Amino acid sequence: MDFFIHLFINGLSVGLLYGVSALGFVMIFKSSSVLNFAHGQLLAIGAFAFLVLVSWLKLPVALAFLVTLCGSFALGFAVERVFLRPLIGESLIFVIMLTVGLASMLKGILLLFFGGNLQTYPDFLPGWLAVQAGSVYIPPVYVASSLLGIVFLVLFGLFFKYSPQGIFMRSVADNQTAALSLGVHVKKVFALSWAIAAMVASMSGVMLGIINGINVHEISSIGLKVFPVVILGGLDSIGGAIIGGMIIGLLETFTSGYISPSLRDVIPYIVLVAILLVKPYGLFGLVEIERV
Amino acid sequence: MRRLRFHPCGNYKEDRLEQLFLFETDFGRACTLAGLFLLFVVLPLASPPYLIYVLNITGIAAIAALGLNILVGFTGQISLGHGAFFGVGAYSAAVLATRLQMPFWVCVPAAGIVTALVGLVFGIPSGRLKGLYLTIATLAGQFIIEYVLVHWESLTQGSMGIVLPQAHLFGLPVSSDRAFFLLIFGVLVAMTLMASNVMRTSYGRAFVAIRDNDRAAEGMGIPVFGYKLLSFAMSSFYAGVAGGLWAYYMRSISTEPFTLGLSVEYLAMVIIGGLGSIPGSLFGAVFITGLNEILRYLTDAMMNMGISSGFGLNLASLREFAFGLAIVVFILFEPKGLAEIWRIVRSSFRLWPFSY
Amino acid sequence: MGASNESLLVINNISVVYSDVIQVIKGVSLKVPRGRIVSLLGSNGAGKTTTLKAVSGLLKPENGRVTDGEIVFDGEKIHNLSPEEITRLGIIQVLEGRQPFKYLTVEENLRVGTATRWMKPYRQDLDLVYHYFPSLVQRRKTLAGYLSGGETQMLVMGRALMAHPRLLLLDEPSLGLAPLVVREIFRIIKRINEEQKTTIVLVEQNANMALRIAHYGYVMENGRVVMEGDSGYLRGNPDVKEFYLGVSAGGASRSYREVKSYKRRKRWL
Repeated sequence: MDFFIHLFINGLSVGLLYGVSALGFVMIFKSSSVLNFAHGQLLAIGAFAFLVLVSWLKLPVALAFLVTLCGSFALGFAVERVFLRPLIGESLIFVIMLTVGLASMLKGILLLFFGGNLQTYPDFLPGWLAVQAGSVYIPPVYVASSLLGIVFLVLFGLFFKYSPQGIFMRSVADNQTAALSLGVHVKKVFALSWAIAAMVASMSGVMLGIINGINVHEISSIGLKVFPVVILGGLDSIGGAIIGGMIIGLLETFTSGYISPSLRDVIPYIVLVAILLVKPYGLFGLVEIERV
Repeated sequence: MRRLRFHPCGNYKEDRLEQLFLFETDFGRACTLAGLFLLFVVLPLASPPYLIYVLNITGIAAIAALGLNILVGFTGQISLGHGAFFGVGAYSAAVLATRLQMPFWVCVPAAGIVTALVGLVFGIPSGRLKGLYLTIATLAGQFIIEYVLVHWESLTQGSMGIVLPQAHLFGLPVSSDRAFFLLIFGVLVAMTLMASNVMRTSYGRAFVAIRDNDRAAEGMGIPVFGYKLLSFAMSSFYAGVAGGLWAYYMRSISTEPFTLGLSVEYLAMVIIGGLGSIPGSLFGAVFITGLNEILRYLTDAMMNMGISSGFGLNLASLREFAFGLAIVVFILFEPKGLAEIWRIVRSSFRLWPFSY
Repeated sequence: MGASNESLLVINNISVVYSDVIQVIKGVSLKVPRGRIVSLLGSNGAGKTTTLKAVSGLLKPENGRVTDGEIVFDGEKIHNLSPEEITRLGIIQVLEGRQPFKYLTVEENLRVGTATRWMKPYRQDLDLVYHYFPSLVQRRKTLAGYLSGGETQMLVMGRALMAHPRLLLLDEPSLGLAPLVVREIFRIIKRINEEQKTTIVLVEQNANMALRIAHYGYVMENGRVVMEGDSGYLRGNPDVKEFYLGVSAGGASRSYREVKSYKRRKRWL
């Protein structure tokens, strides 16, 4: 039973982290229908930027975190500006392939600078964040990442529901021409969504780095794990991403705990195919409102 | 003597027969013959072994890229699993050759067919899914196949790999690079011919119709799902044949190369070469394999000069970066790929000196 | 000519070309006086919608361009500006075929209308819209995709009103609506024009309704303006009657016995 609870908690917190990683992805998809294959690299860039700031430049943790977030915000903005904007209106394959190309470009740069080895952060999370309940011990990393995940989930929800920019973003996702006719600055919306996505991605990249250590390949492959997560939750649903993340996280830990550790990395994809065959819009995705 | 045919300055074809010519002019035919002569006689005799090795790799890649172009460029279904299909081809050839002691000339086509069947299975989601969902499904296919290749140890011997027997054709051993060159390029020419002919039939037109507007295609009475599956099967058949040839050429295979990276590499070939263009796939294969070799040369040179080691500068990272850059640059500046550049160059020669 | 002073929008001999090859508008000129309703009539494919899009800048995303002539709004040349700039000048187009944001609630839809001035308060504008379209009030929290056709039309018009338009371009507000609803909508258009002093360009197939509320009308065909005049004049014109109002010249219905008799032809073709 202890083993079960251990797996459960482990899976839940890893899953929450997957969900948070997927948030940025969903954000981009929601506003501009771009499937971002470079998401893992955005995660990795955040993780490495934080590494540089904390371990090499010895900045205080809070400041480093802030700088990482701001920097990746700017990076997302720039990526949209330079690479995606010329492709507005082009067909799907070019946009997808552009992000694929971008992914390997960014990965190449990261490998050039940091190599493929595992690196770790200094331990900076305070011990009081750990939770000890009976025999169950939750390490501070999981607690911190869960808290951050929940905070960001709420922030995102509020942002999309109530803030003007959030509503504009949804309107662009919904009907681009109509949004344009009302004077919504569609390009600004795209740029903003990339910027926010990169910011959230870098944050979850840092979290992932704290848990598993940072390795370019490792974090990039988590970027691909975003796909099962968002398909499970519905490509355009924020809450769905979080719940999808948790389901995938649980599935992974239980598979590796009870069946075979090597199956761990494929099981999300097997589920993905199953979901696609049964319920293509995911558990929480918007079902097309067909009436006009 | 028959009259020489030249390109008319418009489309003056009057009946269907006239449209059936693959080469419209005698000049085109002569060029093709000369090209084939160069390819099969002069090139293998004149080039050093290393170049022949590179050409062989290019030829195999070109076969696979052709297949992917049928699926992506003509039918419009983006697949991220082509590398895995290539792997399936390689492994089925290897398993057939070692377990069942099948001869070479059976193994390679059989590898194609096995892969086509696997491709069919992963094409099934295309019945319900469109566009990006399908892309994600093929991504999943890539990972699942990769997993199976590594973990079905009783069949694939896992990470140990399989060593293949030597290829024999018509009783003669095919062992030297030159012999393989003739073989690979023979297959490539045949496959190219097949692809360009299929694309001119009703099948090809159905593919293109599905790519351009699947609803309209369905409305015109094209069974969309069936044709999508067919396209998947054809594309993976090509991948399988290429994989089979590769397995025989390498003589020993392991699960390592058939990753997502390989799939991306093939997609890069198709995009850089030109979507929906058969010569484009060949150009793309040449470009990417060439880039690969140049990068290898560069990193070796740098290694020898001793600049790299401490800096993590190695082939893998440089390759990743260069591929990514090539894809991005082509999409941003010449989305129709090398085929378009080739067309522009050619027509500017043809139309000279009145180039409009 | 002093007309430019009282005209809010002057379109001067414009041509519009899509994808650099397809010419859709061939030299259209029209004037929209301040505070008036001008209606643009014509059959399908006459170029009415394209003319509107040329004004609102929405040609750009469709790869269209104004190649010739000029569009002057309030003394400023606006042709080929981006839609973002044009909407900020106060020109708002209500698209054909009612395009609500289906997954946004009614109130969120209306809030998108404030995009041109999104830092400013919008409460009062909401009240104004609900004042004109009271049926939207009780559906504030519903997703716009589930509204009826008439409600949706009201919603998209209200959404445009939120932007404080100086010039409202309405593209076929009556499309596919029941006659009673159409009458209601036209009544509201008239009221908006009278009470808000909003200048309106109204593109319509339903010439009868349009001419009833418009002050002035243009008839377009094949990318050209073929006739113009006060709406009273147009309604009396036998050609317009025959071809757009659906009333034959004699007034009474024709019997098939006279079918061989003289049939009016469009004289401008």
